[in-house]
Amino acid sequence: MGSVMSIATKRFRANHRPVQRDAHALSTSDLRRHRLSEIGAAWLLAGPTLFFLIVLFFLPVLGVFVIALTDWQFGASTLSFVGLANFEEVFSDEGFRISLVNTVLYVAIVVPGTILLGLGIALLIESGKSFRAFYRAIHFLPYMATLTAMAIAWEALLHPTIGLVNQTLAAIGLPTANWLRDESRVLPVLGVIGIWQNLGFAMVLFLAGLKSIPQDLYDAADIDGADLWVDRLWTVTLPMLGPVFMFVFIVVALKAFETFDTVQVLTQGGPGHASEMLLFTLYRESFQYLRTGYGAAVAVVFLFILVTLTLVQARVMDRKVHYQ
Amino acid sequence: MSGIVLGNIRKSFGPTTVLHDVSLSIADGEFLTLLGPSGCGKSTLLRILAGLELQDAGSVSIGDRVVDGVRPKRRDVAMVFQSYALYPHMTVAGNIALPLRMRRLNAWQRLPLLGRLLPGTRTTTLEITAEVARTAEALSIDHLLTRKPSQLSGGQRQRVAVGRAMVRHPAVFLMDEPLSNLDAKLRVQMRAEIKELHQRLGVTFVYVTHDQAEAMTLSDRVAVMLNGELLQVAPPQDIYADPEDRRVAEFIGSPKINMLDGLVSAPGSVSFADTTIVADIGLSPGAHLKLGIRPEAFRFGAHSERGAISGTVRLVEHMGSDLYVHLDVAGAKQPIVARLSAERTASASVGQRLNLSFEPERVLYFGSDGRRIRALDFAGKAAVTSIRESA
Repeated sequence: MGSVMSIATKRFRANHRPVQRDAHALSTSDLRRHRLSEIGAAWLLAGPTLFFLIVLFFLPVLGVFVIALTDWQFGASTLSFVGLANFEEVFSDEGFRISLVNTVLYVAIVVPGTILLGLGIALLIESGKSFRAFYRAIHFLPYMATLTAMAIAWEALLHPTIGLVNQTLAAIGLPTANWLRDESRVLPVLGVIGIWQNLGFAMVLFLAGLKSIPQDLYDAADIDGADLWVDRLWTVTLPMLGPVFMFVFIVVALKAFETFDTVQVLTQGGPGHASEMLLFTLYRESFQYLRTGYGAAVAVVFLFILVTLTLVQARVMDRKVHYQ
Repeated sequence: MSGIVLGNIRKSFGPTTVLHDVSLSIADGEFLTLLGPSGCGKSTLLRILAGLELQDAGSVSIGDRVVDGVRPKRRDVAMVFQSYALYPHMTVAGNIALPLRMRRLNAWQRLPLLGRLLPGTRTTTLEITAEVARTAEALSIDHLLTRKPSQLSGGQRQRVAVGRAMVRHPAVFLMDEPLSNLDAKLRVQMRAEIKELHQRLGVTFVYVTHDQAEAMTLSDRVAVMLNGELLQVAPPQDIYADPEDRRVAEFIGSPKINMLDGLVSAPGSVSFADTTIVADIGLSPGAHLKLGIRPEAFRFGAHSERGAISGTVRLVEHMGSDLYVHLDVAGAKQPIVARLSAERTASASVGQRLNLSFEPERVLYFGSDGRRIRALDFAGKAAVTSIRESA
């Protein structure tokens, strides 16, 4: 919030310093009044956003930080400060470690899968001429749908005996599995569902990115001899999609990190801890076991990971993908 | 050996026909400009020549070789685009090197990292680097090789685009409005550089523009296009002084040529505006025609040996050495514009009555179909009316 105002003030100063120096005709008090009214307008315009940012974002975050230092239990009327005890517990807890590893694995499945498939489908749709709107719509549908409802549909599909997946596999003579109750399979299966859900989002962004590539560049590539599809892809398409890649990467990674619905509906973190992920752990600790202080500590760690990730991505990738 | 022959090229986009039976031959080493307003089909013709677009009918040969269906990279042509079409993620060196890398290195050798380990890659890459350096030096952009296109000015980008085109020594240079994105001053400078480049390389240039100044200054021949047709293909001075078609006369020249309604009033004389001139154009009395008189054909003051008009000054534009005088003349529907030398014009102020003279032989006659009607020799030789075929 401070930065918003300081930028406004800096701009104001940058704009007005020369005026102040050159305009001898204006009296100093005139200038000061003008300046005050500009500052007033700046606060007035930024005010509502600032207010809601503080009330809805900064204060709750601050609250979480405070709760993380206490032993508060959800609904309890007393609490006492325990210092960093919650964090010590978080970092020594095997359950949290598993949850963290699971989350990272899940992200490592979902992000590349979503990006590669989304790009592939976008390229296919863009290269064809017919039914484009139809293909776009059906691939985008999962993203629009309520994931909780979709998770129930997936549960039915993946049901070990009556599910369509196993029945189909059995019909064509392939081995079946209990997809959601098998420790080694459950995370990849959730990953596939995650890819399925985010695919449409990535595809739409890639389609928009593809549309904005100037035809001239493809023409130049043709004349320069890069006219095979792989050369065109490598010389023009992929580099020009750089900014879209970065955006999709960050958004899908963040979405994957905060996956909750599928875990809650399909597996409850099971079997064992095999599909437990950070947000689910956070929820269970805070609202089922009512260990809100511990949950808040998990939330702080979670927030720290997300912010770091975003900053690193933005810093590292921004330099590489923006050519302007 | 690298002349170009376009034979009866036809092209439609959906219901719109953009090229009607265009035929054109371009000599080896010639600088030919396709000139016309936007939407006349000139860029499409260039793209067909490059192989970026496929014609519906007709045939393209480059250097005695029919190239219909031949991919752009095998046509031995290079192209400079209006947007320059530089690859924004590559450095200047990378941009210029790309055509060579694509031709001389195979797909494996072009792989990042791994490609360097393959036999031959190193030698070829060094050769390419040397050639890129030579090209950059020739264009005075050797100090920019490590920059990205976004860090360059318009003129520098233009040079990089030219460098990318010339690095592989193509037989034909295609340029699609390469100067349109530059500011006026730079445009004049780059115009001279392109002319010089053509003289230095000596290869065939096909240049597309809507700017008549570029066409007139650069070209060996200008092909004027309108609505998908070639109206006239001739050297710049002929396009200006000897247009075959009314539309050519109107398109070339600034200020625009004066087009006046005329009438053959008696055998051998034509009336227009407030005057009658002697001109045997082989039409019988009563025939209507259009007369074109270029603004610079007028002289200040009346003259007994010449044609003369007089009218009221409506507007005077001072252009430094010249004055553009707009004159309301009785019998003319629009004001007649005269470009007069500022030195020789005693006075011209709005509302003033002004006499102007012109040489009758500089009047161009056009029939109702827009074709040129050639006047006879004014010395009184045998009357020959000819309407030359459009080239």
